[in-house]
Amino acid sequence: MADSKAPPHDAPHDHGLAHTTPVWLLITILLALLFFTVLTVAVTSFDLGAQGNLVVAMVIATIKAGLVATFFMHLAWDKRFHAIGLAAGVLFFILFLSMVVADRGEYQIDIDRHGEKYPFKMK
Amino acid sequence: MTDTTSETQSNSETNGHSAPPPGDHEPHEKAEAHAPNGHGGGHGHGQYPHLAHHFDSPQQQFDAGKLGIWLFLFQEVLFFAGLFCAYTVYRAQNPEIFVYAHYHLDTTMGAINTCVLLVSSLTAAWAVRNAQLGEKNKLVLNISITILCAFVFLGVKYKEYAHKVHEGTLWGHHFNPEHELWELDSFKTKHPESAELAEKIAAIQFEGLPKREHRGEHEGSGAEAKAPAAKPAALPTAMAGATDSDTKVRRIQSLLFQASDETLHPLVAAGIIKHDILATTGLERPAKAHIFFGIYFFMTGLHGVHVVAGIIVWVWMLVKAKRGQFGPNYFGPIDYAALYWHLVDLVWIYLFPLLYLIH
Amino acid sequence: MATTTTTDFVSPEPSTTDNYLHNEKGILSWLLTLDHKRIGVMYLFSVLASFALGGTFALLIRAELWTPGPTLPGVTADMYNQFFTLHGAIMVFLVIIPGIPAALGNIILPLQLGAKDVAFPRLNLMSYHVWILGACFMLLSLVLGAADTGWTFYTPYSTMTETAVIPAAFGAFVLGFSSIFTGLNFIVTIHKLRPKGMTWFRMPLFVWALYSTALIQVLATPVIAITLLMLIVERTFGIGIFDPALGGDPVLFEHFFWFYSHPAVYIMIVPAFGVISEIIPVFSRKPIFGYKFIALSSVAIAILGFLVWGHHMFTSGQSVLAGTIFSAITFLIAIPTAIKTFNWISTMYKGRIHLETPMLYALAFLWVFTIGGVTGMFLAVMSVDVHLHDTYFVVAHFHYVMMGGSITAFLGGLHYWWPKAFGRMYNEKIGRIGALIVFVGLNLTFFPQFILGSRGMPRRYYNYLVEFQGLHQLSTIGAFTLGLGFLLTAYGLLSSLRKKFDAPANPWGATTLEWQTASPPPYYNFATPPEVTQGPYDGYENLEYDEKIRGYVPTKA
Repeated sequence: MADSKAPPHDAPHDHGLAHTTPVWLLITILLALLFFTVLTVAVTSFDLGAQGNLVVAMVIATIKAGLVATFFMHLAWDKRFHAIGLAAGVLFFILFLSMVVADRGEYQIDIDRHGEKYPFKMK
Repeated sequence: MTDTTSETQSNSETNGHSAPPPGDHEPHEKAEAHAPNGHGGGHGHGQYPHLAHHFDSPQQQFDAGKLGIWLFLFQEVLFFAGLFCAYTVYRAQNPEIFVYAHYHLDTTMGAINTCVLLVSSLTAAWAVRNAQLGEKNKLVLNISITILCAFVFLGVKYKEYAHKVHEGTLWGHHFNPEHELWELDSFKTKHPESAELAEKIAAIQFEGLPKREHRGEHEGSGAEAKAPAAKPAALPTAMAGATDSDTKVRRIQSLLFQASDETLHPLVAAGIIKHDILATTGLERPAKAHIFFGIYFFMTGLHGVHVVAGIIVWVWMLVKAKRGQFGPNYFGPIDYAALYWHLVDLVWIYLFPLLYLIH
Repeated sequence: MATTTTTDFVSPEPSTTDNYLHNEKGILSWLLTLDHKRIGVMYLFSVLASFALGGTFALLIRAELWTPGPTLPGVTADMYNQFFTLHGAIMVFLVIIPGIPAALGNIILPLQLGAKDVAFPRLNLMSYHVWILGACFMLLSLVLGAADTGWTFYTPYSTMTETAVIPAAFGAFVLGFSSIFTGLNFIVTIHKLRPKGMTWFRMPLFVWALYSTALIQVLATPVIAITLLMLIVERTFGIGIFDPALGGDPVLFEHFFWFYSHPAVYIMIVPAFGVISEIIPVFSRKPIFGYKFIALSSVAIAILGFLVWGHHMFTSGQSVLAGTIFSAITFLIAIPTAIKTFNWISTMYKGRIHLETPMLYALAFLWVFTIGGVTGMFLAVMSVDVHLHDTYFVVAHFHYVMMGGSITAFLGGLHYWWPKAFGRMYNEKIGRIGALIVFVGLNLTFFPQFILGSRGMPRRYYNYLVEFQGLHQLSTIGAFTLGLGFLLTAYGLLSSLRKKFDAPANPWGATTLEWQTASPPPYYNFATPPEVTQGPYDGYENLEYDEKIRGYVPTKA
């Protein structure tokens, strides 16, 4: 088919409107992602202390997310504003989350009291 | 039928103008009909049939679209934020329900789905490259694989949901699990001794009480009103009354005292027994366990809706790709669809450890 | 069909065919248009219709409060609850949020920027269609037994009440997407469609304000979307995240709700700042004072606005720690807001002030917004808020800001850009009288409510103690005065539509780009893409009044 006539494109280069990602890089990233998936499952069989497992799982997830965002989503070569915007979105999310979780910790006692008074009953 | 490979950036060729497949003209005209009063044509845009009237160059149009889709993705991040926030709040304050509930989830299924989505992300990213280079056949292939992966993902998800419906591990008032924690294979293989201990305790606790009925039978309100005592399975409330003699409680507590910390820990962590043995009168279910399933179904369901939306988008892209519309000067839609698809993947990358891999 | 000669469009004279109002005919040419000006006009009339509906509910509420206990025949306490819910939901989601950005912004933003259209015309049209869909759901709720939760949909009441909460919440959910699409479109337009020479700091302040607003729309609205979705799911399936009967946490709902809805307050007011920043320099014939400060303070407000949501929850069971943090950040917001106010006043200082209708609204804005803003500071103090929370003081405060701020600025902007959008001058005399009545009515309605609130009159009550009757009646008289003012204003504006085009390209002597094209503008906005060589408020001295066309033209050298 016509595809075979295509010149070798494996070198990263700007092609017209945006960067073209070479195939070897895409496949390497997939392999890395699959590796981290296996790793994150494997790690659950070890006890890493109170929140240790959660932290490790989240770190691995963040590495995976970083790989997807940087290479699959072209952020490595893209306009910086897109990366900044994504970071801002995540930042607002973290702010939101930390405020709410911290506050909930403070008034949890009221929730517990309510729960003791009116326990959840199956219908 | 395709000669989409032109590395010369001649636009007419790469947009499939030189060898238009049947029906190829229609979408182009649509793009030009953008300006309803026919202004579109008169602006020297003729060489770029996909260029809308208010843009000066394909580059400007592509960049605008790209910024637009990124803004949409920021919006998506915060859309999911609410659910992640609810998750975190409950996980921080009621960790036991998460430990308890995750045994009801099938890690293998989750892992398979993760891999399926990752592969589809690769093909999506690859499709962008194909579109950029005008490799029509490869583009069609990669989009097709992406769609296929999406369907596999939904299929696996359907199996998981069906299993949960069958097991009664649902949200709110529908939470009525068929199996108790210690009866689950996932718990038994991981903590055989704990499961054994729990079974012994259960034997004492439910001694003399009628065997647990099939779930279907006591869903009707009539049956419930008749025999509330015949429902030992509704654990927390059943034990609260504890009309039985203290001997039962004493037998249970002596079993607990004999057990090692390693045996007790998984049960305590899952909220099946209390941390304080003297306060423990028997096995119970963590009181808010149903909230986990509420969050689980909401998060995976909303993610599933995004997958379905993704399929629709990809099918549309497939149609466009088959018509040979993409090339070096016009591949924006594929790029935008792929970005959206990666975000769906990103969300799952976090959902998988948060829901399935709880320690 | 209109023909376009893109080559030479010599003078900005209104033409009978080559303008966006007349270049196509028929209802479908409006409903399916991709022209930002037409979409803006459709938004404008939809918003005004919603405003009339929401205003009717407001008058019903005020009439009911004429005496303690039942006043209007047939209006029960339950119906009263539905009235104020509908009034709030309609005014917030259907009027104020889309009012300035989607209606005025859509018409004006690309013109001010010198662009041919917004970046995504189809998305723009879709945003309007989605808005209509959302409005239909809101009306559906009205038909199916209107929600009585208040516009805030607080749980657990909203999961328990028998009224049609789901259509109303779903309507708000859908309207949220309309707002997101508009914001997204504006950000991309501002980033990518600026013509040659239009640098960031040559953009008019209205554009800056819309940019800041759009940031909030894109980053905050999705949170209300998911919250309302969770509420709907909670009500339908009982998932137990918010419902205390299922072990859920109702305060969590308030966090979620206000994480959007406080920034939403800035979606409502920041565009108003933009309008005022346009009107004041033009009618003072003086470049704006502290351009960069006004521009960047909008962005600062947008960002800070994300960090103060908890000041709505001082008495809700939120922790004292969180309350303290939120209270402190709330004080911070006063700084960028005050910067703007000072700069507007400094702009007027030693200017040649022309008291035409838009300027009257701008001056009214300065008065009422300052009262609204400063009383907001009272409420940001936790100890004071414990006393004033959920009283008429709060009602008066946010009406001074939302009604006195946003709606006044909206009306000012509407009069200011009316000749541009429709090609006709409105009746100046009626406009001025209307502005005066609105200003008097506003203060008469809401000032007594400050007193009522500080004396302990709770909000959302059907009944009250006899001692409050005098102030309540004053407020009711004010509300009907306000209604009269709006009717008069509407008559003044709408009656001009029967005239032939008579508006000059530049009736006010303004220097921003939208006044350099014809009134109404041609389909393509500008005959030739404008090139910008100076700041948006430079060059008042280069304009002179031409008696013949009753508008301003460049001084002949």
